[in-house]
Amino acid sequence: MEPVLQCKNLNIAYNGHTVVKDVSFDVMPGEYLCIVGENGSGKSSLVKGLLNLVPVRSGSVSFAEGVSGGIGYLPQQSPIQRDFPASVEEVVLLGCIKNTGFRPFFSKSEKKTAEENMKQLHIFDIRKKSYRELSGGQQQRVLLARALCSADRMLLLDEPVTGLDPIVSSELYSVIHKLNHERNLTVVMVSHDIASATANADKILHLDEKVEFFGTADEYLDSNLGKRFAKGV
Amino acid sequence: MDFSAFFEYLSMMVTYDFAKKALIVGSLTALCSALLGVSLVLKRYSMIGDGLSHVGFGALCVASVLNLAPLKVAVPVVIVAAFFLLKLSENSKIKGDAAIAMISGTAVAAGLVITSFVDGLSSDVSGYMFGSILSIDDSDVPLSVILSVVVILLYVLFYNRIFSVTFDESFSKAAGIKVDLYNALIALLTAVTIVIGMKLMGTVLISGLIIFPPLSAMRVCKSFKSVTAVSAVISVICFVVGIFLSFVFDTPAGATVVLVNAVTFAVFFAAGKLKKA
Repeated sequence: MEPVLQCKNLNIAYNGHTVVKDVSFDVMPGEYLCIVGENGSGKSSLVKGLLNLVPVRSGSVSFAEGVSGGIGYLPQQSPIQRDFPASVEEVVLLGCIKNTGFRPFFSKSEKKTAEENMKQLHIFDIRKKSYRELSGGQQQRVLLARALCSADRMLLLDEPVTGLDPIVSSELYSVIHKLNHERNLTVVMVSHDIASATANADKILHLDEKVEFFGTADEYLDSNLGKRFAKGV
Repeated sequence: MDFSAFFEYLSMMVTYDFAKKALIVGSLTALCSALLGVSLVLKRYSMIGDGLSHVGFGALCVASVLNLAPLKVAVPVVIVAAFFLLKLSENSKIKGDAAIAMISGTAVAAGLVITSFVDGLSSDVSGYMFGSILSIDDSDVPLSVILSVVVILLYVLFYNRIFSVTFDESFSKAAGIKVDLYNALIALLTAVTIVIGMKLMGTVLISGLIIFPPLSAMRVCKSFKSVTAVSAVISVICFVVGIFLSFVFDTPAGATVVLVNAVTFAVFFAAGKLKKA
């Protein structure tokens, strides 16, 4: 089987300061990969590099044919968004925007896609509510639904549970797990929650500028690095 | 005063040519600025609007010293300034707000010094600073109408993209939207709107026209579409009411319009609080 994503010797630097150094890994179709590491270890930069949102200094990122058009991205929330006056429905529909081309309005089928994704994430009943009135967990579901509208192959999630309480976090993890299985979506998630990462993901990439570990979740838990981090350092 | 008296007065007002021109140009400006204001306020770019009006003041002063058509000088200068200020705000290395204040001050200072060399321009200067209902001449009307229509058309055409970029730049970029291009479009349309409205509203008052209507709308509206629509409606109504009151009570037009907007904001603020309670 061919990998959906191949990252080879990737280097990313901001203002001459290296944040991602010589990172290589493959992701197979349907796989669930968690990128873990401490704050400032380059996790988010790596994801942005994969999406070409930040300039890559050297190395290559290649997706299998047809994948790059079907990636759903869930970025970290910006402070601007928290009190943004937009309805749930409007935000989710924005996930369909890449197919609109020069058409200024959304089509019926795009609205249908948005509706299905809202139903799956149990936010259909609050679709008329304003995004700023929602709880943190609901806001993440809305952003995940938006990501799903553009994802038929892969989800890239950047710290989706930041700031959520443990119960809401585990709900969100089970939603992502379900999507990974039911829709056969490849999942790449940045997280600093090692316990949930190893419980949910097939593979772990531990990053500290460079790759410290890359392998299955079980191997990670057996490794010295994994043992140290799983204890909660 | 009942409504029939209001309309009677209004119909009398539009028999005056200057008032008719001011109403046409002003309503269109009010509509454009309210649409763009939504994105500017949400993206925390309100200061860019303020900075641009000050650059516009400098440009209008230079135009009157050189005896050139004011809009033809100010439009390109303010557009260039818009791209420059946008870059400054995006660059985290430079303190964007301080840089904008610095540029605003310099532009106003340069305009005042340049006009001081030529006699008889002080009424022009005060008109540019505080706006004047009498300032709209015949050549301004067609140009303002064309520019406003272009602004409104582009806004409607790119509405979803502007919304997406305003809400989330990272996601939009990942979805293949040229975020820089749409930021530049917002800056460009803002620049054009400010220049059109400046002569009427004045340098120090035009930014009130940009930020008040969206802020009022955001107090009570839940969706982006309703915020945009309500902001546009509030803006045009406040403008017409403001001009009308300035006519009745013989007060400065721009200042009256901004005060009407301020009162409207207070009302919407209270309504928003009541709705929550």
